[in-house]
Amino acid sequence: MLNERKPCLQGVGLTKVFGLGRKKTVAVDNVDFTFHEGEIISIVGESGSGKTTLAKMLLGLINQTSGDVFFQGQKRDLSSHRKKKEYWRSIQAIFQDPFSSYNIFNKIDTVLLDCIRMRGGGSLSRDEKTEMMIEACRFVNLKFEELTNKYPFELSGGQQQRLMIARIFLLKPKILLADEPTSMIDACSRSTILDALLDLRNEIGMTPIFITHDIGLAFYVSDSVYIMERGRIVESGTADEVILNPQEPYTKRLISDVPKIREEWDLSTV
Amino acid sequence: MGEVILDVNELTTKYVTRFGDNIYAVDHVSLQVEEGKSLGIAGESGCGKSTLALSLMGYYFPPLHYTSGDIIINGRTITGMAPDDVRRTVLGNDIAYIPQAAMNALNPTQKVIRFIEDVFDAHKMHMSKKEVRETAEGFFQAVGLPEEVLNKYPVELSGGMKQRTVIAISVILSPQVLIADEPSSALDVTSQKMVIKMLRRLMDGGYIKSMIFITHELPLLYNVTDDIMVMYAGQIVEKGSSKEVVLTPLHPYSQGLMGSIMVPEAGLRDVKLLAIPGVPPNLKNPPSGCRFADRCKYVMPICRAQTIPLREVAGGRAYRCVLSPEELSEAHAREVYASHAK
Repeated sequence: MLNERKPCLQGVGLTKVFGLGRKKTVAVDNVDFTFHEGEIISIVGESGSGKTTLAKMLLGLINQTSGDVFFQGQKRDLSSHRKKKEYWRSIQAIFQDPFSSYNIFNKIDTVLLDCIRMRGGGSLSRDEKTEMMIEACRFVNLKFEELTNKYPFELSGGQQQRLMIARIFLLKPKILLADEPTSMIDACSRSTILDALLDLRNEIGMTPIFITHDIGLAFYVSDSVYIMERGRIVESGTADEVILNPQEPYTKRLISDVPKIREEWDLSTV
Repeated sequence: MGEVILDVNELTTKYVTRFGDNIYAVDHVSLQVEEGKSLGIAGESGCGKSTLALSLMGYYFPPLHYTSGDIIINGRTITGMAPDDVRRTVLGNDIAYIPQAAMNALNPTQKVIRFIEDVFDAHKMHMSKKEVRETAEGFFQAVGLPEEVLNKYPVELSGGMKQRTVIAISVILSPQVLIADEPSSALDVTSQKMVIKMLRRLMDGGYIKSMIFITHELPLLYNVTDDIMVMYAGQIVEKGSSKEVVLTPLHPYSQGLMGSIMVPEAGLRDVKLLAIPGVPPNLKNPPSGCRFADRCKYVMPICRAQTIPLREVAGGRAYRCVLSPEELSEAHAREVYASHAK
């Protein structure tokens, strides 16, 4: 167990400010957190609470205004393109909208081959690469024979999202940031995708970070939950603590806004 | 038993593709909605929910075509009417339809009040601007929207507020039936709750007589509607009261849907979600027997051999499966028990 509690991603005083002067918006406000290896983390908040900005900072897509990110105990250094590429080998993302996540000019084969090349498999033979692609597709319940020579937009949303997970399977990152991975997908495909993500965690030992507004999802999958409100983390703890016994009024409100089945849904609070 | 407002008999509509294929996205659907009642329609994407909503309006435009069946609203048959008559006399007055992205219906170059004037104009209400404003103000107050909205441009409103504004405008002529197609799916939980609260208010205040609510979020349907109808591949596979369908589903497809519900309640974490493998069939060549056979856990040879009729059980409940209700509930109980042993 001791081994599992190694911190893999840490934020200290992380802040992001957009705009200047009167138009200043503090999207992420002095956020501290420590994510441990092997633990499933959820960051929950409503629209505009800064979840996606935080995710982009963790991915290194935008720079923080102040504060630091520590990756595996070391201060993250993204000063050159090469270092960024190196960093992205360990941290990958799945975004909300599968329809805009792919380059429309690239075939599915290209998408998957790029992943193999990024892992240093560029010199493998064609057969070996195909074998890897077949395995990755089988992992997410897709058939490579049906996908080869097709473009991503020929697939349904759920299939595209699963193809994203197949990419992750090939890349084997240490951390996976999933930004609303199932919000554009209906309830039945949702559980298939979550199952694939959780299997992947067991398979390659990565740390998934879910960013979501769906408290049900956060509660179902995660070990620890962080609740964000207007750029701040207002409550954090294990999933059972936070969801079943919330302390902050904001968390209580978020939970009461979700329609329930076994409990009365109180409409008078809005 | 209230008076039946909307009576649909064996409605069938099809899409005609560029290549001349017929795709029957709504296949012999019958339903009744009584005064003061709401009906929920559930199912995954691509099972015909939204097409059913479009078909119920009686206003067909290519590639959607009417094939057979009747839609009767308050004793008036609207199928077979000229499209222009439907638009002028049925839509808005008898049926209001809210699509999923309703908020985009507002004209970005006009204030909300101008849009409302257009609505009254289009329905030949002949009212002065002052009368329109008074009616609109009164109505907005009644449904709990601030009056300032009327003088604003759509860009000045949040997504949830726009959605509620469009819903309010669509029912301003007090239609008999409101068809809401995923009205809250693009909104966050708090705005969703406000939309639901407003729909409840419209029903309770008598501004609309009945409602059809379409969504794939079952916990939401459970809390909003009186009855639930589950659709699969263009057909009704189960109907019953919300409580029955959500808590004791009969059809294997409904059972799968209920098994994928995630609500933040104690006990959820101990259960493994039951996923339904595979995808819905291609309706260009629907399977001859049960359309769910390829994904069903309890499939038998007989399922594929014959068309399965919708079987009525006591209390207005119906389902489409060869197994008996007892066999199905027993199988479901076994599944649920197994899922708890995660």
